[in-house]
Amino acid sequence: MSLVSTVRVRRPLWRRLAGKSPLRAAWLANVTRRSLAILLFCLAWELLPRTGLVDRVFLPPFSEVILAAQRLVLSGALAEHATASVLRSSSGLALAILIAVPAGLVIGSNRRIGEFIEPLLELFRNTAPLALLPVFTLILGIGETSKIAMVLYASAWPVLLSTMNGVRTVDPLLVKAARSMGLGSVRLFAKVVLPASVPTIFTGIRLAAAHSILVLIAAEMVGAKAGLGYFVNAAEFNFQIPEMYAGILALALLGLLVNVTLVHIEGRLSMWRAS
Amino acid sequence: MVAVVPDTPKIRFDRVTKSFPDRLAKTGTDQVIALSRVDLAVAPGEFMVLVGPSGCGKSTLLELLSGLAEPSSGTIRVDGKPIAGPGPDRGVVFQQYALFPWRTALGNVEFALEAIGLARAERVPRARHFLALVGLSGFEHRYPHQLSGGMKQRVAIARSLSSDPDILLMDEPFAALDAQTREILQDELLRIWEQTAKTILFVTHGIDEAVYLGQRVAVMSARPGRILDIVDIPLGARRGDDDLRSSPEFAQLRHHIWALLRGQVQTATRH
Repeated sequence: MSLVSTVRVRRPLWRRLAGKSPLRAAWLANVTRRSLAILLFCLAWELLPRTGLVDRVFLPPFSEVILAAQRLVLSGALAEHATASVLRSSSGLALAILIAVPAGLVIGSNRRIGEFIEPLLELFRNTAPLALLPVFTLILGIGETSKIAMVLYASAWPVLLSTMNGVRTVDPLLVKAARSMGLGSVRLFAKVVLPASVPTIFTGIRLAAAHSILVLIAAEMVGAKAGLGYFVNAAEFNFQIPEMYAGILALALLGLLVNVTLVHIEGRLSMWRAS
Repeated sequence: MVAVVPDTPKIRFDRVTKSFPDRLAKTGTDQVIALSRVDLAVAPGEFMVLVGPSGCGKSTLLELLSGLAEPSSGTIRVDGKPIAGPGPDRGVVFQQYALFPWRTALGNVEFALEAIGLARAERVPRARHFLALVGLSGFEHRYPHQLSGGMKQRVAIARSLSSDPDILLMDEPFAALDAQTREILQDELLRIWEQTAKTILFVTHGIDEAVYLGQRVAVMSARPGRILDIVDIPLGARRGDDDLRSSPEFAQLRHHIWALLRGQVQTATRH
């Protein structure tokens, strides 16, 4: 088969594929449209360093970064660091949820406790968690505990506050209706207040997940022996620039994955909400 | 169809007064008197309508009967016994439906059955039965946000009927619906009433609705609310094809109530 005929076959083939099913064509068009901006971005990333418009030392071309990433994946280093990071942030987040949701339910439903503790909460909530990083490092060192504790601290606040909010903003008419059916306070809480609060609580969890990654990376950069944050920082320090960018890409993908998963779960839990 | 109240009425309000602390009062000792010495008796199986100007306390009266609030003085008796809080013998239907959005239509009706402690095997067929009664077979698995206003109110009615209460309390249930849906549901309600023989206390703003639905219409005064008069509605059973609302008898009754209310509405708007 000559080169000319192979090239000739390519475009009509795509058209034939698309032409066979209009649904396929629509899907292809959709995917192309949505990836266009990203593709252009990658193209710019590739071309700008190569043409010298950007210093290649500080921003290697996209292809070099991909090659570095490939090396890291094959050597298992990326997997090792990614796993360390994921384990820390998910444990911290899980613990935060386990503590903050029940606490939020209690504080939100009891007015006196709420009034008592809220001024203190406001103070803590407005203090950037990263500002307390040295405290955690001081007390807990630079091992796993301090990282997880850091993540726990940062994630707990959005979850706590959104849980409190969720409990307080339950439609009073629903409570009234349930009471008119003879429900006592305990059943009322379990069957009305809790389900009604789930969407609000989940929004808090999504926010906390974003915070947890942010804080973890910062904590790893400051003092750690493994993890993506540590890796990016170490790569920069050792002037392994393509590896550094590979690490950053991995982080971006991790964040994206977490968010997409949570949005999906939220969608499942909130099927009853009006779109 | 004129109801005669026997010696032990189904529901009796005896000199019921309800006052609330007036939040706007400077001294804090002033009370807003919502209801003032209300006397009312409802016969078993009767369809009684409460009509009155805004703020006259008709919803408060319903709330007291449902057990969600207590009167400041006076007693409320059901079957001769004073009530002590909400109970399965009184079902409530609200103007804004009050459906639990995280539950399907079936789930909402089941909620009332869970409240009275029915087991799952009994709940589901019973809930289906009541949804069929209100004409919603096939919509069991829809969520409230997928239902129209009229359908939502039907689910609410099914839910309140499912625990088999003797009394149905309805607080302007059709006020949030468009005129056509309202008329359809009014006929539906009358049909359900004839089938189930419940005692219904129906609160409304609308005089047309009061005359169309009620066997007797209790007209309330402006705040502080009391019963001005009780009007008998001797219109007989509804026959589907007749345009009852255009008949001269209907107009007469309507005018009577309108005249009673007119002075009250003016008093109410002056407050």
